[in-house]
Amino acid sequence: MATVENTASGPLLTADGTPLKVSLGRSLRRSKLRGILLVLPALLFLIIIFVVPIFNLLSRSVDDTLVNSALPRTFVAFESWDRQSLPEEAMFEAIFLDITTGDKYTVGKATTRMNYEKPGWRSLIKKSGRKFKKKIKGPPYRDAMIKIDKRWGDVTFWQTLGAMKDPQTLGYFLNAVDRQYDANKHVVMKEKERRVYVMLWWRTLLLSLIVTVGCLAMAYPVAHLLATLPLRYSNLLMICVLMPFWTSLLVRIVAWMVMLQNNGVVNSTLVWSGILDDENRLPMMYNFTGTVIVMIQILLPFMILPIYSVMKTIPPSYMRAAQNLGAPPSLAFLKVYLPQTLPGVGAGVILVFIVAIGYYITPELVGGKDGQLIGNMIAYHMQKSLNWGLAAAMGTLLLAAILLLYWVYDRIVGIDNMRMN
Amino acid sequence: MALPAYATLPQRLWHYTYLAICAIVLFFLVMPLIAVIPLSFSKSPFLHFTPELLALDPDAFSLRWYRIMMGDCSDPGITTVCSDRWKDGAWNSLRIGLAATILATTLGILCALGLSRPHMPFRKGIMALMISPLIVPLIITASGLFFAFAKWQLVSTFTGMILAHTVLGLPFVVITVTATLVGFDTNLMKAAASLGGTPVRSFFKVQLPLITPGVISGALFAFITSFDEVVIVLFIGGQNQITLPRQMWSGIRQEISPTILSVATILVILSILLLTTVELLRRRTERLRGVSPG
Repeated sequence: MATVENTASGPLLTADGTPLKVSLGRSLRRSKLRGILLVLPALLFLIIIFVVPIFNLLSRSVDDTLVNSALPRTFVAFESWDRQSLPEEAMFEAIFLDITTGDKYTVGKATTRMNYEKPGWRSLIKKSGRKFKKKIKGPPYRDAMIKIDKRWGDVTFWQTLGAMKDPQTLGYFLNAVDRQYDANKHVVMKEKERRVYVMLWWRTLLLSLIVTVGCLAMAYPVAHLLATLPLRYSNLLMICVLMPFWTSLLVRIVAWMVMLQNNGVVNSTLVWSGILDDENRLPMMYNFTGTVIVMIQILLPFMILPIYSVMKTIPPSYMRAAQNLGAPPSLAFLKVYLPQTLPGVGAGVILVFIVAIGYYITPELVGGKDGQLIGNMIAYHMQKSLNWGLAAAMGTLLLAAILLLYWVYDRIVGIDNMRMN
Repeated sequence: MALPAYATLPQRLWHYTYLAICAIVLFFLVMPLIAVIPLSFSKSPFLHFTPELLALDPDAFSLRWYRIMMGDCSDPGITTVCSDRWKDGAWNSLRIGLAATILATTLGILCALGLSRPHMPFRKGIMALMISPLIVPLIITASGLFFAFAKWQLVSTFTGMILAHTVLGLPFVVITVTATLVGFDTNLMKAAASLGGTPVRSFFKVQLPLITPGVISGALFAFITSFDEVVIVLFIGGQNQITLPRQMWSGIRQEISPTILSVATILVILSILLLTTVELLRRRTERLRGVSPG
C-alpha cells in the first residue's frame, strides 16, 4: 500500500473522494459490527440464562459468610482468644448476645452450617436459645451457660469456629474429597466411617472408563462395517444406530428394565435355553452391572458416529496397497488403517467419557445402591440434604474435569468440526 | 466388503467372526426398543413375556394400556392409577418444546449468520461458549438454574421451563445452521442486493429458503432435546409443568405398569418418523449442493 500512496497521483481514492484505505477500514468495521449485532441476542441470552447462573452456583462452593453474619460479635471476640484453653467471659457474652438478639432465621441457617463442622452445634444452639432468655438475666454469662449445657465448656466446640471465621472457605472442597480442617486449620482426613466421596469419585471414574472402553470395543467393528459396506446396505444399518440415538432416554431405560429385570427377557432366555438354573437368575438391574450395560447402549451412537465419519474418508486402496507390498492383513491394519482412524477414536472416546462422567438419570433409575455416581450425590445434596455448598463444590470439581477434557477434545478435533448428522 | 475368491480359511473365519460381532452389537442397540413393542399390547399387568404371549394367543393381547394412557378408565380390571396425566404430560411437553424451539431457532439462526461472516471477531470463543450447554453436565446446569430462577421467581413457571430448554436447544441450532452456511454461496446475497433487495428481504427471499434443511434439522434437535429432557424439569418444574419425561420418571420410580410401555412404543415410532425426516432433509441438502448421496 505504501508504494501506491507515495506515487505522484497521491493516495488511491474511492468514487466519493475518501482514501481507499480509510474506506476499506470503515467497511470492515461496519461488517464486524454487523456480525456482532447478529450474535449479540443469543450471546446475551446465554450469558444471562446460563453463564451467570453457573458461576453463581460455583461461587457458592467457597461462600462462607453465613456464620459470620449470624455471629458477628463472637468472631470479634474470637480474635483475642488463644484457641487452646476455654474462652474468656467476653466471648461467652458475645455469643450469648448473638444468639439472643440475632435474627432467628439467620442464626438457624448458620447452625446448619456449623453442624457440618462439628455435629452437635445445631442442637446446642437451639436448646440454649430457648433457655438463655428464661434463665440468664445478665452477666456473668460463662458459668451460667455451662450450667445450661455443659457442651459450652467443651473447648473443641469453640475451636471449630476457627474453620468458619473467614468469609471464604475451602471446607466444602475438602469435604468433597473426604478431608476437613482440624482445630489448627490443618487439612486432615475425615474419620474412616464418614469417608464416602473419594470412593464415589473413583467409582465414577471407573464406570466412565468401563463405559468408554466398552463403547470403543463395540463401536469400532460396526463403524468399520458401516464405512465399507455399499451405501444401500449401510444406510439400512445406519438406522439401527440412529434409532436408539433419536429415542427418548427414559424409553430406553424402560426398555432395558424389560430386558434385564429378574424375570426379564435376558434372564428368561438364559433359563429357557438351559444355561442358567431358575433359582440362579443373574441380578442385572439396580446395580453397577446394570448401569454399565444401559449406559453403553445409550452412549454407543456417540462413539460410532465420529469413528464412522473418519473411516469414511480413508480410501480402501491404502489397505490393498499395504497388502500388495507384502504386509499380512493384521499388520496392514495395525500400521496403515488404525493410525488413520485415531482422530475419530479420540473424538469418540472423549465425547463418551465427558457425557458418562456427568451422568445422573441412568444411575438414579437403574443404579440401585452401588451404581450411584457423583452426579447423583450432587442431586442428593441439592434436593434432600440441602447442603448446597457441598453440592456446588462437587459440581465445580466435576466441571473442572470436564472442561479439561473439552479443551483436549478441541485440540484433537476442533469444536468447529462437531457435526450432528 | 465381500471376501475375495482367494481368501484363505483363517481369513474367511475371521471375516465371519467380524460380521457376527457387528450383528451382535447392532442387535444390542435395537433389541430393547423392539422388545417393548409387543409387551405394550399385552393383557397382563406384568412387564415380562407370559407363556400365552409367546404362544401368540389372541386372548393375551389387548389395547387396554393404550386406553389407560389416553385417560379412558372404563376398563374394570385395572389396578393402576388412571388419569389424564399422560395426556397432560404430552400437552405440556409439546407446549414447552415448541416455544423453546421457536426461541432457540430464532436466536440460533441470527447467531449462526453472525458467526459465518468472514470478518467475525472472537469467532472461536463465541462458538465455544455457544456449545458449552452441551458440555456442562445437566445436573450442574439444573442446579445453577434452580438458584437463579428462585431469585427471579421463575421456578415452577412455564416461562422458566421454556428459557431453560431454549439454552439446551440453542447449541444444536447454531451448530447445524453454521454447518449449512458453509455451503452457502454468498454471491447470491450480493446478487440480491444488487437487484435492490434490502438485507432483510434478501435474507427471507434468498438465503432462508436455501438453508431451510439445516434450520429444520437444527430445530428438530432442539425440539427433541426439550421433549426428552428430565433433569431440568425435576429441578425447576412444578406441579403444572409435569412433562411427558417427568411423568415417565415418576412412572418408573413409583409403579411401573405396562402403560409406560405403550407410551414408550409411541415414542419409539415417533423417533423413527423423526429419523426419516432428518435423513430425507440431509439427502435434499446434499442434492442441492450437487453431491449425490449414491
